[in-house]
Amino acid sequence: MQSIITVKALTKQFNNLTAVNDLSFSVQDGDVYGFLGQNGAGKSTTIRMLLTLITPTSGSIEIFGYPLSTHRRDILQQVGAVIEKPDVYKYLSAYENLKLFAKLSGMKPTHQVLMDQLEMVGLANRAKDTVKTFSQGMKQRLGIAIALVHDPQLIMLDEPTNGLDPQGIADIRNLILRLSRERKKTVIVSSHLLHEIEQIASRMLIIDKGKKLVEGSATELFDTSQTILQLMTADNNTAIEKINQTAWAKHLQPIREGNIIISLNRDDIPLFNRMLVEKDIPVFSLQPRHSLEDFFLQVTAGKQYVDIFTS
Amino acid sequence: MWTYLQVELYKIFRRPRTYLSFVAITALIGVIQLGLLVDGKEYTEFVMADFANTFSVDGKILNGYFICYIILQLLLVHVPLLIALIAADMISGEANMGTLRILLTKPQSRTAIVTAKFLAAAIYTLLLLIWIAVLGLFVSMAIFGTDDLFIMKSSYVVIVKESDIFWRYAGAFCFAALAMLTVSSLGFFLSFFAENSIGPIVATMSVIIVFTILSTMNIPIFNIIKPYLFTSHMITWKEFFDFKVNDANEAMVGSIQYPEKIIKSALVLIIHIIGFAGASILLFRKKDILS
Amino acid sequence: MHLFNTRKIVVALCFFLSSLPFAKAQEMNSLVAKVKAKLDLVNDYTAEGKMKTDVAFIKAPIGRVKVFYKRPNKFKLQRDGGISILPKGGISINIGSMIMSDGFLAIDAGETVVANTKTRIVKLLPNADNSEIILSTLYIDEANLLIMKSVTTTRASGTYEMELSYGQFAKYGLPDKVLFSFNAKDYKLPKGITLEFEDTDQATKNRLKGKKGRVEITYTAYSINKGIADAVFN
Repeated sequence: MQSIITVKALTKQFNNLTAVNDLSFSVQDGDVYGFLGQNGAGKSTTIRMLLTLITPTSGSIEIFGYPLSTHRRDILQQVGAVIEKPDVYKYLSAYENLKLFAKLSGMKPTHQVLMDQLEMVGLANRAKDTVKTFSQGMKQRLGIAIALVHDPQLIMLDEPTNGLDPQGIADIRNLILRLSRERKKTVIVSSHLLHEIEQIASRMLIIDKGKKLVEGSATELFDTSQTILQLMTADNNTAIEKINQTAWAKHLQPIREGNIIISLNRDDIPLFNRMLVEKDIPVFSLQPRHSLEDFFLQVTAGKQYVDIFTS
Repeated sequence: MWTYLQVELYKIFRRPRTYLSFVAITALIGVIQLGLLVDGKEYTEFVMADFANTFSVDGKILNGYFICYIILQLLLVHVPLLIALIAADMISGEANMGTLRILLTKPQSRTAIVTAKFLAAAIYTLLLLIWIAVLGLFVSMAIFGTDDLFIMKSSYVVIVKESDIFWRYAGAFCFAALAMLTVSSLGFFLSFFAENSIGPIVATMSVIIVFTILSTMNIPIFNIIKPYLFTSHMITWKEFFDFKVNDANEAMVGSIQYPEKIIKSALVLIIHIIGFAGASILLFRKKDILS
Repeated sequence: MHLFNTRKIVVALCFFLSSLPFAKAQEMNSLVAKVKAKLDLVNDYTAEGKMKTDVAFIKAPIGRVKVFYKRPNKFKLQRDGGISILPKGGISINIGSMIMSDGFLAIDAGETVVANTKTRIVKLLPNADNSEIILSTLYIDEANLLIMKSVTTTRASGTYEMELSYGQFAKYGLPDKVLFSFNAKDYKLPKGITLEFEDTDQATKNRLKGKKGRVEITYTAYSINKGIADAVFN
C-alpha cells in the first residue's frame, strides 16, 4: 500500500513551548487515520502543519510522495480540510460560499455540481440563505461540502464533531466511512474522544504534549495480549503484600486512583482471579481494559480521564 | 491570481460595510454642497474677511471648482477612516471570522493571496476616490457652474484660470490616490498583526491622527521629524493649484510652482506603499495561522 | 462697479474746481479746463482690455475686461468671466471724469518728467474740510493736454497712484494703459484654516513683503462715440 503522508521528526516550537516534538508517522492510501490526543496535545498544530498553515520548526512532511514545502500548490489541490470550527463568510449564502471556495480550488463549478454537493450534506434547500442564519451543525456540513467540492484525494478533519448534537456526530461518522469505503478517500480525523476514533479509524496515532505515544492499526492497538487489569480491594496494601508473595508480583504496576493495576495477558485473567480467591483477598471489582485505554490512563488524570472515556 | 482578485473583490462588494463608505461620502459631500448652496456667501465672506478689508474680489468665487477644493481639503482628512474600515480588515477580519485558515488551505500561493487582497483593497480605495471625484468635482460643477478658482493660502492668494484648472484636478486626484493608497497599505499592514478588525482600524486611524497633528503643529522639535511623516506629504496635492509667475508677476498658465515638491512627496508615498505592501507580503508568507 | 468710488471723487473734484481765486490758480484752472475740454470730445466709449493684478501675495492670471463710459460720469468695468481682485476704496479708472467741474483749489507745483514726457504738476485741494479726497496731484502733459499720472490721497483708503500711457487714442485723451499702484497690507492666514503643514520658505516670504500692489489695464480696442444705452450701467 502506498504511503500518502510521511512525517519525519516533525517539531514545532512556539517561543518556549514545544507544541509538537519529534513526531513521525505515516498515513497509507485508503486509511481512515485517527489522530487522538487531549486538547492541547498538538493535534491541531500537526494538522495545520500538514496544511501549510503553520511552518514546522524542523522535520519533514511528504504528501503523495512529494515534499510539502516545495509542492504546496499541487498537494493542496488534492487536499480538502475542515479545521476546528467550519467558519465561512457569514454574509454570503451557502451556495455563494461553496462557489467561491470551489473557484479558489481551481474549479469552474457548474450549478449542478454545487447543488449536488449541497445535496450531499443536506443543505440544498438552504442554498440561497445567508450563513448567518445557519446552526452550528449546518455550518459544519457546509464546511465539509467546501472541503470536498473539488473532489480531493486526501481529507483532513480537525475535530469535526465539535459542538454537534448526537445525530450530527453520527452523520459525520457515516460520511467519513462512506468517503473511505465508497469513494476510496484517505481521511485523517483528529479528536480528543477515543470512542469516536475507535469506531471509524483503521489506523491511529495517539499523541500527548506533542509527542507520539503510539501509532498502529486498530487491531494492533486493541491487541488482547496486552491487557490492563484494574483491581479494587477492601485493603489494597494487604492485597499488594499478598500478591508480592506470588509469581504475579512482576505484573504489578503502580497504584492509580485507588486501583491496583496489573498488566497481563487476557488469557491469564482466570488464573489471576483464582489466586486472589486462594489468597483470601476480598475483591470489590475486577475490571480489564485494553492497552489503548491504558495509554490514556498513563498520560491523563482526573477530569481529562473522565473526558476521554465517558463523554 | 486573477481568480483570487475576483474573489476578493466579490467579497468586498458583497459586504454592507463597503457601501457604508460610499453612503458616508455621498452624505458628507451632499451636506457640504447643500451648506454652500444655501449659505455659501456667508462662508466665503467669513473666510475672506481679512482679505476683503483691502481688496474687493469680484466674480463667482463659489463655483464648482472651489467647492471641490473645499471638499477635497475636508474629505481627505476623513476618508482614511473609511479606507481603514476595509483595508485594516482585509487580513484581520478573515482571521477573526476564521475564514483565513480555509482560504490558505486552498491551492494558491500565499504571495498571490496577499497580493490579491492588497490589490482588492487598493481598487476599493480608488473607487472611493473616483466616487469623490464624481460627486465632489463633477456634481459640484453641475450645481455651481465653473469659473476661476480662488484659493487662499496661508501667505498668499492664488487665482487659477478656469481653462487651467481641470488638468490640475486630474493631477490632484492622482496624487490623492497615492495618499489614500498609503493609508490603505498602512491599514493592510496593520491588519496583519491582529485577529480582530477593530484593533487595526483604530491603530491605522490613530497613526494618521497622531502624525497629522505632528504635521500640523509648528513646534521646533516636531519640525525635525515632519519631513519623515507620510502625513506631511499627503496634502501635497494642493501644490497642483499653485503656479509659477514670471518676473512681471504674471501667471504662467499650465505651470506648477513647486513640481519638485510633488515629485518628492509622491516618491515618499510610493516608498511607503511599497514598504507596507512588501512587508505584509513577506511577513504573510511566513506567518503561522493560529486563528 | 461699487469698488471704483467714482461718484465721490467726482463730487469732491467738482467742489474743488469751483473756487480758484488766484491768478496762478486761474492759469492752472485754464489748463485743467483745457484738459477737460479735450476729454469732453468723448461722449461715450467702450473698450476691451486686459487686466493684470500685480500684488506680491496674489497670484492671478491676466483677465479680460470690458469698460463702458458715458458722459458725464457713468463708468463700468465688466469682467469677461473669471475672478478679479482690485484694491478696495476710492479709485477711479476713468481719470477723465475727475476734471469735469470745479470746486478745487488748483496749485502749480512745478514741472517734472513722467515717462520721458515733460509734465506740469498741479495739486488739487478740496475746498470742503470733510472731503473724501484729501489731496490730488495731477501730472499734465501741457503740449498734448494729457494726464500722465495722478496721485490721490483719500481719507479712508490711503494713497493711490495712477500712471497712464497713451497711444493711438491720445487725441481723445484716452489711455492705452492705466497702472494703479497702492500700498497693500501684508496678508496672512493661519495654517489651521488653510490646512497647510509646511512653512513658507524664506525666499518666498521676502518676495511677498513690502511691495506695492499694482493693477494694470491695457486697452486693446476703443469704440468711441457710438452711443451706449444707460441700461448697461445698471
